[in-house]
Amino acid sequence: MSSDLRELYQQVILDHNRTPRNFKELPGATKKVEGYNPLCGDHYTVFVELDGDVIKDISFTGNGCAISKSSASVMTSTVKGKRTDDAERMFEIFHKLVTGEPAGLSEAELGRLAAFSGVSEFPARVKCATLAWHTLHSALQGEQEVVTTE
Amino acid sequence: MTAVLPERRTAYDVERIRRDFPILHRTIRGKTLVYLDNAATTQKPQAVIDRLVKYYSEENSNVHRGVHYLSEIATAAYEAARTTVKKFIHARDEKEIVFTRGTTEGINLVVSSWGRHNVGEGDEILITAIEHHSNIVPWQLLCEEKNAKLRIAPVNDSGEVILEEFEKLLTKRTRIVAFGHASNALGTINPARKMIAMAHANGSIVLIDGAQGVPHLEVDVQDLDCDFYAFSGHKVYGPTGIGVLYGKQALLDAMPPYQGGGDMILSVSFEKTTYNALPYKFEAGTPDIAGVIGLASALDYVSALGLKNIAAHEHDLLEYATARLEEIRGLRIIGTAAEKASVISFTLEGVHPHDIGTILDQEGIAVRTGHHCAQPLMMRFNVPATGRASFGLYNTREEADALIAGLHKVNEVFHG
Repeated sequence: MSSDLRELYQQVILDHNRTPRNFKELPGATKKVEGYNPLCGDHYTVFVELDGDVIKDISFTGNGCAISKSSASVMTSTVKGKRTDDAERMFEIFHKLVTGEPAGLSEAELGRLAAFSGVSEFPARVKCATLAWHTLHSALQGEQEVVTTE
Repeated sequence: MTAVLPERRTAYDVERIRRDFPILHRTIRGKTLVYLDNAATTQKPQAVIDRLVKYYSEENSNVHRGVHYLSEIATAAYEAARTTVKKFIHARDEKEIVFTRGTTEGINLVVSSWGRHNVGEGDEILITAIEHHSNIVPWQLLCEEKNAKLRIAPVNDSGEVILEEFEKLLTKRTRIVAFGHASNALGTINPARKMIAMAHANGSIVLIDGAQGVPHLEVDVQDLDCDFYAFSGHKVYGPTGIGVLYGKQALLDAMPPYQGGGDMILSVSFEKTTYNALPYKFEAGTPDIAGVIGLASALDYVSALGLKNIAAHEHDLLEYATARLEEIRGLRIIGTAAEKASVISFTLEGVHPHDIGTILDQEGIAVRTGHHCAQPLMMRFNVPATGRASFGLYNTREEADALIAGLHKVNEVFHG
């Protein structure tokens, strides 16, 4: 296997793809936004339960490739319990990470998000990795329509 | 399991043919390109590339306009190409050959020109469940505008149109029936002749989306007796941006122009414009002259190999690859019609097609992944997307083997 491929499909990604965390509907959700990539058909719904400025709970449902699904799963476990502005900041860092810009954080600080660094070698897959994050961003901005990455 | 592999049957010098296609010899990420995305677009033989260069180097001029030498040469080559197309699809007359940008524009031309004047409120348009979006959306737009109804003929689990249902959906209100000669997503070859006869017996007009027909099948529009047949040059080893709409002369004659502009007029005054004769009435503006000439050169290339020989070679690849794909753990082929073009759509358990595409790409193997511009069809088979390997006249059994090895690797990445 090529090293690029091994970098892309790291164990964290394969694991979160196989058994995604927070993969369910959230009955108490205060926000529910759909994310859709019409090009490849990836389609997720992100549920957020806000308590003031804090993401009290978060979950997602839907279907897509390993990169988009594991990214959604890691995102939900990363931002759960965080303040919304911290979650937005994580999105900025994550976006830099997958597009190959310096994220300004060490691998330890990035935590599980670091598993997505290999995406930067695959420009066509950046949209997959960021779909759930774009969707969360829209939810936090108060938008309710379907978000697309096209 | 060990698949029983079909014997190699065709005496067809594929290695010699491959030498005609320069792109097949480039490498992708250090690996030799294995191009299995021919249903999306085909690669071009040197003859077509050279013809485009010759046109722009020695013949470039506008057509039907100048009295000068170059314009005469360009016009002669442009019109000779029309004759080549006429012969290739066995049309009766050059007047029936309209150059378009591609299949999509051909269908839109019929929708705008014929449809708008012949489809009214409460009328029906019949298509099938396995159409490409370009043979769905233009009809939806027309139905919306005219308050007409779009009817969908269902397919069975193999991806074949259920003819009894198709026939039942033909009603007194069915003005036009439109379906693909072959499905881009599943490979199904529709029994076009039979379906056209059924539609005609009902008094309906028939349009065939031939985008996937022309590259794989000998097309005889007179024998088919279709009213319209649209196809694209780039799917039959020609340039992109050029296509053909065939229409029966009587129908085309009665249709109003599609676009206004130069070349489609006889005389223009501010009071009244008289339209040009067929086929120029439908060719407004300076056409893609190089594209037309390049298309003719592609059709000459294909004719020289012989469509029967090409079809036999591709069928061999289809049978071989289908048998070998059964080796792959968790692989399911979507579309198992008895009559198929060399297109194989598949899913792999636990792996999204997009991931399959990325991993195969690392091996230099180009396949299509996604919904193939046929979302209703994906819903019919209850899959969000598929991987698709489509074979062309230059592909080999060794390339099918490379696909199999690549898919084993996909399983290795995902399932260890």
